[in-house]
Amino acid sequence: MSSLKFVGQSPERIDGLEKVTGAATYVDDIDFGARLLHAEVVETPYAHALIKSIDTSAAEKVPGVVRVVTGKDFPYRFGLYMQDRFSFPTDRVRFVGEQVAAVVARDAKTAKRAAKLVKVVYQELEPVLDLTKALRDDAVLVHPDLGNYTRCPWFFPQAGTNIAHWRKTRKGDIEKGFKEADVILEDTYTVPRYSHCAIEPHVIVGLYDLSGRLTLWSASQSPYTQRHVLAQALAPLGLSHKDIRVVTPYVGGGFGGKAGVSMEIIGAALVMMVKGQPVKVRWSRAQEFYNTYQRQGVIARIKLGAKKDGTITAIEHSLHWDAGGYVEYGANVVNAVGLSATGPYRIPNVKIDSVCVYTNLPPSGPYRGFGYSEFHFGLESHMTRMAHKLGMDPVDFRRKNAIREGDTLAYGAKMNPCGLQESIDRVAAEIGWGKKEVSKDPNKVIGKGFACFWKAPAMPPNAASAAFLKFNEDGSLNIGVSGMEIGQGYMTVMAQIAAEILMVPIEKIRVELPDTDRNAYEWQTVGSHVTWGCGNAVKAAALDVRAKMFEVVERALGIARDTLYLEDEKVKCRTRADFELPLRDFVINGIQTSHGNFIGGPILGSGVFMPEFTSALSDPETSQGGHPNVHYTVGAAAVTLEIDKQTGKMRVLKATLAVDAGKAINPRLVNGQIVGGIVQGLATVLYEDIRFDLRGKLVNANFTDYKIPTSMDVPLEMVPIIVEVAQPDGPFGARGAAEHTMIPAAAMVANAVEDAVGLRMKTMPITAEKVALELQGIPYEDVKGSYTGFCFAGHPDAYKFHTKSAAKK
Amino acid sequence: MTKRITVTLNNELRSLDVEPSDVLLDILRETLGVKSPKIGCERGDCGACTVLLDGKTVRTCLILAIEADGHEITTLEGLSRSGLTPVQQSLLKHNSFQCGFCAPGMVLSATELLGKNPTPSKDEVKEAISGNLCRCTGYEPIIDAVVAVGKKAGKRA
Repeated sequence: MSSLKFVGQSPERIDGLEKVTGAATYVDDIDFGARLLHAEVVETPYAHALIKSIDTSAAEKVPGVVRVVTGKDFPYRFGLYMQDRFSFPTDRVRFVGEQVAAVVARDAKTAKRAAKLVKVVYQELEPVLDLTKALRDDAVLVHPDLGNYTRCPWFFPQAGTNIAHWRKTRKGDIEKGFKEADVILEDTYTVPRYSHCAIEPHVIVGLYDLSGRLTLWSASQSPYTQRHVLAQALAPLGLSHKDIRVVTPYVGGGFGGKAGVSMEIIGAALVMMVKGQPVKVRWSRAQEFYNTYQRQGVIARIKLGAKKDGTITAIEHSLHWDAGGYVEYGANVVNAVGLSATGPYRIPNVKIDSVCVYTNLPPSGPYRGFGYSEFHFGLESHMTRMAHKLGMDPVDFRRKNAIREGDTLAYGAKMNPCGLQESIDRVAAEIGWGKKEVSKDPNKVIGKGFACFWKAPAMPPNAASAAFLKFNEDGSLNIGVSGMEIGQGYMTVMAQIAAEILMVPIEKIRVELPDTDRNAYEWQTVGSHVTWGCGNAVKAAALDVRAKMFEVVERALGIARDTLYLEDEKVKCRTRADFELPLRDFVINGIQTSHGNFIGGPILGSGVFMPEFTSALSDPETSQGGHPNVHYTVGAAAVTLEIDKQTGKMRVLKATLAVDAGKAINPRLVNGQIVGGIVQGLATVLYEDIRFDLRGKLVNANFTDYKIPTSMDVPLEMVPIIVEVAQPDGPFGARGAAEHTMIPAAAMVANAVEDAVGLRMKTMPITAEKVALELQGIPYEDVKGSYTGFCFAGHPDAYKFHTKSAAKK
Repeated sequence: MTKRITVTLNNELRSLDVEPSDVLLDILRETLGVKSPKIGCERGDCGACTVLLDGKTVRTCLILAIEADGHEITTLEGLSRSGLTPVQQSLLKHNSFQCGFCAPGMVLSATELLGKNPTPSKDEVKEAISGNLCRCTGYEPIIDAVVAVGKKAGKRA
């Protein structure tokens, strides 16, 4: 491995120049000329209501209005894992802001004006805004037709209830495990909803041309998955995959929010109604908050048992998720957590219930971390509290129970190679664990907090990656892949992988942005899996191309292919030191023989990767028997936090995070993920504070009232640490390390708050206001007012439901 | 009712008719075809639409096009035309951007700062770019790149 020339280096990003010059083009920057139509959506003000009638006549009379579309025109359901979401609902609305109609007009102002003239008559229903009420036997149902929905085979919705999915994982003997424990700690943790807040709002432009071809320019992480989901939704109109093309230029931030299909269905529906004319749908910042995906809220009950020596004997982890009005993607978040809520620990007896509950709040879905940030808040808080209860150091307690290669996971498969011990040790050393720091300011106290993390990509077992590779006359090459450059540096990493096999410098490699007509297949850019999955495909394509080049040289020049190798953009020979053939001399035009003819031709190749060892088939009562996750990435993090005892204001003096990337293809890009992830994670615990009113309306859908960090809010010091325990099936040993970096943030802050001031915060976020109130002995729950970020109104400790009450169905 | 306005956009005199209610950001992007100022929030929170108006950063989503009449506007396109400026070079070298959507505004805010204060401290850089939201990078590589420009300039001086 030490002989690597391009992999493991940190060249500049290959998209850097486009981005610093403003040349980078995003969907909204593409010109479509004077015929472009603009759309405005008519939104419901109710969280739950029946649609009695829609009168579009006044809107249709406005000059400049081309078409008004409702669910009558386009009554189709769609969804990635479960088809429960509507392009336009026909019978009922399920969250405030849901689209019930749309106006397509010559210009945006006219569309906006006319949308206000659409008259919708509703019959308001009781909204389901409380998880306990949602799970009662006489609950109001959000989806009365749940039993009829098409879904993936590993979802278990319960018809006649609000339970969209229930993942149960059982290992060992849970009762015996708790009997063996000397200490048992049980408590409830709550995490509200969050918004992705990519700076670029969702936007889609579509054209259903006069020949019947549908092209969509989409701000998306998922070009192929969008094509597939839309092909399913549009099948009743006679369209199939070959009729649909999705083009995805640069994306201004994803974080999961631009995965799958959300508002894009509206764009697809509208263009189908105005054949021959392109239509643009661009979300406002407010719509970005309430009508794409949100990160779901959760109430998590943890019961953990351990022996006096610190050995964990059992965990019971019950998670009830506020998954919103539609869970076509979000239910898989719930599923992923249901398989992995042990955290990165070797625990012999496990009982996990992860329950996906419909509510009348915005749809939930993928958000960087895919549920792991949410459950780590409780679990890693609990780990520190358990250590204290045992009289152990929280870092030693984690070391003792840290998962190792070959351990049996909760669902029965074996753990992959991992560097958790090394991560713990290096983070503890970097943060100066055990050394108390004292502020010079008597009003301020300093605490330290520690947390471990793990996460696996959540993918269907047949989520494949593919790559095309072709040479140009000058020996440069293009890679046609459909992973998405969402900022992580994917294109640069793919270029480095191809460069390593082909010995072509990355300056001569173009990685193309996706176009489903042209580039090879990629399932989606989610789960931090593209470096691993698509990296394997690119590597295979490069090996394919290399073999073809050697074959041509052998045929044309008679030099045995197994003696050939590549170096400095040339084919060379191990047995003939005088032989060298520059790639540019033959990769398009072939090699001329002594007879004057040419052998070869344009060199191009392809590569495919499919995780053939995975399976989602398992016993629904225990989750035993399958291999649902390809591998886990692990790590640890710690924070030094200063708290002003009077104001509660917190300042992060230092944050450090170690992640086991297997092999960092580009260490500087991994560091970029670590630093960016730390800040995004800290934002969810220190600043972001979503609020709904008691009728389910989001009241802070903007950056004035929903605060994300500015440059003034970042930690004073951040130290990224890369651990490299190779992933055997990864390209050059690499595995994903992107989402993971925000997962430990909330728990490490909660642990640092307790270390500093002795308060145990069990409800996110942990804002200065909350800390200040609690320090003065005023319970925040008593004074917070009626606006809530949770799907419940009362005190979290009051929630004693979990599997027993829910099991009654 | 439209009004004829004249602006100097990236060193070129441009005349056009605008409605009194037209927002400068929309006019720049749709009428004048300059796409680097981005639409992020339309209420002055995110800074993605930042341009230089007479050398000072403004949020074009909060300005009416008629207010720009007679003024000089510089966007990232104008800055980039004669090669990379030192701050662009430094941002490139530091891998400062990830998704790149905040980059146009961020580059202009940094450019304004360095024009006034060629050797800014880390805190001064943080303050100068605090009106430009970035969700990807944690700001650190952007701050480091701008500070590095100042350090280089300081050595030359």
